[in-house]
Amino acid sequence: MENNRKAVLELSQLTLSFGGLKALTEVSFSLFERELLAVIGPNGAGKTSVLNCITGYYHPQEGDILYDGRSIIRLPVHRRAALGLARTFQNVALFDGLTTLENIIAARHIQLKPNPLTGALYFGPELKKEISHRRVVEDIIDFLEIQSIRKKVVGNLPYGQRKRVELGRALAMEPKVLLLDEPMAGMNPEEKEDMARFIIDVFEEKEISIVLVEHDMELVMDISDRIVVLDWGRVIADGPPQEIAVDPKVIRAYLGD
Amino acid sequence: MPLPSGIYNVTYKEDMAILRTWCHWVWLIAFLAFLALIPAFATRSQLNTLITIACSVIAVHGLNLLTGYCGQISMGHSAFVAVGAYTSAIFCNNLGFSFWIAMPLAGLSAGLAGLVFGGPSLRVKGFYLAITTLGAQFIILFVIIHLPSLTGGVRSLDVPPPSLFGYLIETDYSYYYLAMPMAVITTYLVKNISRTGVGRAFVAIRDNDLAAEGMGIALFYNKMLAFFLGCFFAGISGSVYAHYLQTINIEYFTLMDSIWYLAMLIVGGLGQTMGPIFGVIFMVVLRNLIMETAPLISRAVPVLGIEFGAAMSLVVLGLVIMFFLVFEPRGLAHRWEIIKTKFRLYPFPY
Ligand SMILES: Nc1ncnc2c1ncn2[C@@H]1O[C@H](COP(=O)(O)OP(=O)(O)OP(=O)(O)O)[C@@H](O)[C@H]1O
Ligand SMILES: [Mg+2]
Repeated sequence: MENNRKAVLELSQLTLSFGGLKALTEVSFSLFERELLAVIGPNGAGKTSVLNCITGYYHPQEGDILYDGRSIIRLPVHRRAALGLARTFQNVALFDGLTTLENIIAARHIQLKPNPLTGALYFGPELKKEISHRRVVEDIIDFLEIQSIRKKVVGNLPYGQRKRVELGRALAMEPKVLLLDEPMAGMNPEEKEDMARFIIDVFEEKEISIVLVEHDMELVMDISDRIVVLDWGRVIADGPPQEIAVDPKVIRAYLGD
Repeated sequence: MPLPSGIYNVTYKEDMAILRTWCHWVWLIAFLAFLALIPAFATRSQLNTLITIACSVIAVHGLNLLTGYCGQISMGHSAFVAVGAYTSAIFCNNLGFSFWIAMPLAGLSAGLAGLVFGGPSLRVKGFYLAITTLGAQFIILFVIIHLPSLTGGVRSLDVPPPSLFGYLIETDYSYYYLAMPMAVITTYLVKNISRTGVGRAFVAIRDNDLAAEGMGIALFYNKMLAFFLGCFFAGISGSVYAHYLQTINIEYFTLMDSIWYLAMLIVGGLGQTMGPIFGVIFMVVLRNLIMETAPLISRAVPVLGIEFGAAMSLVVLGLVIMFFLVFEPRGLAHRWEIIKTKFRLYPFPY
């Protein structure tokens, strides 16, 4: 079935090293349209590094990344974002001095295309533009059920809520591909459940493909269409959850030799 | 922002407006009317102080965009004020331009100078960038000193007063009506820049540049824009100040002045529109107080010598900065917000 679906992202033979350390070795996999792909692997396997290569924070020494069939390997981070790649960070990277609302509006940058001249005057069209974006942002806030912290400065919020704001910020970019780096790490079971529900809702309601990096196996087996398993910077398995669950290589990687 | 009970924001437009109740409008109009009436009762020296304040407010608004909002520390702000002052003077003296054309050109050329010295901000941040901008201070002053045919070098350069409809704006009384509206307009423009997309991009870069990039915010373009805008207002300030003094000298634009601008911003509150206004008023009034009391003290205690005033102003400057960094790191503007919120909610804070 996968073969006749269109690939949104194609990673081919990515090799990334830091000095002597090889973080990724010939990593290849694809993300198909409307797919929820999970990337799993033990600590230090290279999951975050893969996301950093896709979004442009890391520059692999070898290999190529195609987005909608076009190579994006040479594009800077902000250009890739403008093409429709949005992400969250493993260690929550919010704009701490801003409120929830402002954080999410800041992520409308691509659609807003701010202009310092019209902004300085703040007349007619500029005001309309601000209002229309405000409306989009309020919808996202309602969707994520964070109305109560709308005007709170995010620097002081508890961890679980900060993760939610970060998801909101990524959604505000109206991405085609959403890359989530351990969105549920460090949350209590209740928060985890909420977050899983948001991810599934987003996936079902929006024209979007998702790459989900996550440690919680049960959850990953539950919600993903396909799983890529990394170990020591290599892809050791790639397939539907039922296959991955019984793959001897995967079991060995997780249990140790 | 908490509103008094009984008042709700019905639309997003209302929620985003600066002035939300008729009461705000009354306050604003009353304040502007008061500003307009000041010359009717102020003395010449008070007007002189107010014009100085207006010029500094314009410059510090620029520094606030660059350092307060975008987080790019500049230790060379007075050099960009100098670029504006000298550009304006040269266009008027050598090419016979009117002040009204020379002033925007002054802003533009200071902005372009800002672009030149903002370049390193792509590579270096924080403390290292501060040192780089220190270079701007020395290089710009070096250039001004070594172009004596244009700038007068180390000697003073005369600057003609502006004229409007054939009427020369040269008294403190009339110049107040030029400088103060410029400060008010600058405040309005900076407020709008800070609350729309460009301002949000600046703050995003300040708070987390990696995440900002991931949101599609081009770091280099926006940092350069911050340098341009910040230095543009420095240039406007320099032009307005130069045509007021009618004579400028390289001595007016030293590293010490750059540090004063930073101190004003820290005291007033970084990244808040009211910050520059509070900071400049506080520091200018403080400096005047020292300058007035120091001679009295040194006359009473002659061992302190006649240089006492200058030395004392430095000591007090240091103490004030230390006090604010420790006890009021978010500046006077933040304190003002707290007091305002209390009053707005009085007597029912819910
Ligand atoms: N910027 C960097 N500099 C040096 N080494 C790095 C860097 N980023 C990652 N690495 C190394 O690359 C390897 C893979 O790291 P990565 O963060 O991608 O793992 P991960 O799968 O996300 O792990 P975790 O589950 O702990 O988040 C690790 O050995 C790590 O130390
Ligand atoms: Mg990781």
